[in-house]
Amino acid sequence: MNNESFLLEQKEDKKLGMWFFIAAEIVIFASLFGVYLTLRSHTDGGPAPQEMLELKSVMVSTVLLLSSSFTIYISHQAIEGEKTGKTIVFLAMTMVLAGLFLFMEGREFLLYYEKGYEMQNSSFLSAFYLLVGTHGAHVAAGFIWMGLLLIHLKMNGAAKEMQAKLSVFSLYWHFVDLVWVLIFTLVYLYGKVG
Amino acid sequence: MDIKYTIFGREFVFPSDIIAADLSILLMGILAVFFLTRYRKWKYAWDWMTSTHHTKVGIMYLAAGGAFFLRAGLDALIIRLQLALPENQFWVFQGEKYNQMMTTHGTTMIFFVAMPLLIGLMNVAVPLQIGARDLAFPYVNLLSFWLFLTGGALVNVSFVLGGSPSTGWTAYSPLSLDTFSPGPGLDYYTLGIQIAGIGTMLTAINFLVTIIRKRAKGMTFMRMPLFTWSSFVTSILILFAFPALTIALLLLMMDRVYGTAFLSGTDGNPLIWQHLFWIFGHPEVYILILPAFGIFSDVITTFSRKNLFAYGAMVFALVLIGFLGFMVWIHHMFTVGLGPISNAIFALATMSIAVPTGIKIFNWLFTIRGGVVRFKTAMLFSLAFIPTFLIGGATGVMLSAAPADYQYHDSYFVVGHFHYVIVGGTILGIFAGVYYWWPKMFGFLLNEVLGRWHFWLFTIGFHVTFFPMHLMGLNGMPRRVYTYFESDGLGSLNLISTIGAFIMAAAVMIFLFNIYWSLRHGEKDTTGDPWDGRTLEWALPSPPPDGNFIDRPVVTTIDQLWNEKRNGNGRLRTVKEDGPIYLSKPTAQPVFLSAILFCSSFGFIFYQPLIQWAGVVGVVCMLILRSFKDDSWKAYTRSELRDEKEEKS
Repeated sequence: MNNESFLLEQKEDKKLGMWFFIAAEIVIFASLFGVYLTLRSHTDGGPAPQEMLELKSVMVSTVLLLSSSFTIYISHQAIEGEKTGKTIVFLAMTMVLAGLFLFMEGREFLLYYEKGYEMQNSSFLSAFYLLVGTHGAHVAAGFIWMGLLLIHLKMNGAAKEMQAKLSVFSLYWHFVDLVWVLIFTLVYLYGKVG
Repeated sequence: MDIKYTIFGREFVFPSDIIAADLSILLMGILAVFFLTRYRKWKYAWDWMTSTHHTKVGIMYLAAGGAFFLRAGLDALIIRLQLALPENQFWVFQGEKYNQMMTTHGTTMIFFVAMPLLIGLMNVAVPLQIGARDLAFPYVNLLSFWLFLTGGALVNVSFVLGGSPSTGWTAYSPLSLDTFSPGPGLDYYTLGIQIAGIGTMLTAINFLVTIIRKRAKGMTFMRMPLFTWSSFVTSILILFAFPALTIALLLLMMDRVYGTAFLSGTDGNPLIWQHLFWIFGHPEVYILILPAFGIFSDVITTFSRKNLFAYGAMVFALVLIGFLGFMVWIHHMFTVGLGPISNAIFALATMSIAVPTGIKIFNWLFTIRGGVVRFKTAMLFSLAFIPTFLIGGATGVMLSAAPADYQYHDSYFVVGHFHYVIVGGTILGIFAGVYYWWPKMFGFLLNEVLGRWHFWLFTIGFHVTFFPMHLMGLNGMPRRVYTYFESDGLGSLNLISTIGAFIMAAAVMIFLFNIYWSLRHGEKDTTGDPWDGRTLEWALPSPPPDGNFIDRPVVTTIDQLWNEKRNGNGRLRTVKEDGPIYLSKPTAQPVFLSAILFCSSFGFIFYQPLIQWAGVVGVVCMLILRSFKDDSWKAYTRSELRDEKEEKS
């Protein structure tokens, strides 16, 4: 087994590991969704979902995050073709989109807090902040992770190790996006309409 | 029993039990430092703590799990002493203190004894059984170990730093919320189990990737030894069960530390805890028993000199038990009142698990039948397991009948039941596995005479302790109470049970003495195959060299080594590969990462936001550091490994 095939084997190991990690994350988010759907009607001491949730800014966030799934895909394709420059550009774009998403979410939470909707007020608010906040934490982790990947790419270019690192990250990022689609539907749309 | 002093007009109160615990911690610490310095073993200990090699990590799991076993066993003795006589007053262990004891006993035995001991054996045996050089992610493996140890240390240190959790290992809300359980006990519980749980999930991912991707050439899934199969199914169970616990603990921590309203009885919903806890908790009991099933399958085939009866059915039964394990959690909640339909469905699902378990019991019996049986200690434990587990399984089916469960619920009948399956299944399995793989791990055998003393005392003590518990339960003794009246008529049963507990304790002492004796005078394992084994690990020298297989074996059938012994020259055929062999280097990062988590946990337990943030930042920094360390593998040539192997022998 030479160096090349060792790196290739490691890449596949890591990707499979990430798939299993995502499987565990699915149970984590499924539990959080379950908690949220159980408690969304427990609104004593706080607002109901209809009056609280901001749909417009969240639409913008959704567009931002879904686009980032597209840019990470291009970046991933670029590194598989060993095009360092293109990889960096699209990864940086993904990072900017993630940053904007985090900014929007922070702004939204601050708005709620200014209105006095704190997570201690009602069970609905607790469940809302925990579910959306856990997703936000995943985005923030991805943001830091992308920063690191960019530094690595600057240092090493599109080497084999970097291909492994980026494919693992892109799996993670697509999953984080997918969860947001569910949050947008089950929390925001269902909250406004249901 | 408090010791009181008055100094400068202020009164200081020292509770005697805390002082005793402090002194024992201090004594053990001093002894450890003394021996490490006296025999100049600091470097040696550090090499172990930072080694990513799977057998070393496995042995560390076994050592740490064994230490927690002694601690939790001591708790059990305290519990039994308090309950030995009606209206007894043993030391300070009444009321709150008793609750702390029984909670730490349960929590430690489940999370920090049974699981790490099994994971330790998995670490030692699985890569060898599939012909791999190590786990897929050796660094993550070491990290998992340190996370487990951190969690265990947090739960155990709580006794001397503010009080242990006292709500039972199930920590039902709203009892576990700060309204009813003030003080840091439950915070130790949430943090400790959370950290250890993350480590366990990483272990599961590691074993799944290893078993899927690191098998030797020709080792198809249906040729894997049963212990590897059971490790595989167990890892899937961990992967899908533990996240539910993660969220349950997160909700409890949020409610306790940040004042949210998830689980409170007034605006939240306490049932969320019960559901999430048992969605984790029921698969957890299969996580504990399936690896033991795997150990028994390997031990019974080896010591009966026969192929496993109905290999395919055994694998099918494992997978089916794993699957059904997720479908039955409501049977812990029959008395909650979810309605007859849901109770009936879950009762039936629970009873159906008896079918695959029955398949396994019969197949073990048929494997022994007509075999050349050798009664080594490992085999004795396996043989004792079969009837014991049968009793545990039968009481399990009794409990699964929902109407009857209304009578048994929260009585000592339940305590008797789960000790019959967990001690009679998992712990006997661990002892069998330890005797079986001991020579592979350390290169010498444990003494068989002492082993038989250990076995007979433990098994007799076990039945004496736990059988009366069924009768106590049927006579109306509730679980988790610290005393009972003489007029209840439970005195003699409890006394018998206490005597049994001390017999088991004596057996464990004999086991420890056996380790000490065998270390000095034990028979050396020069061939690497002391039991005339069947699976790949017995083709290697004991202990296995770095990288295990210098040339990886080719597998053509189940129990390849046995096949080569019967039909070939007794040696494995190997694939010729060239190029270097990559082995993972030692690393100290997991130690530091876990140390940061340990320290910052106190920020959550004692509500210090600054320490909490320092912990978060510290962990992120450690992960960033790891990302920039890209020399974690070292390439060896085959001749280098051969030289090293010769140097060792």
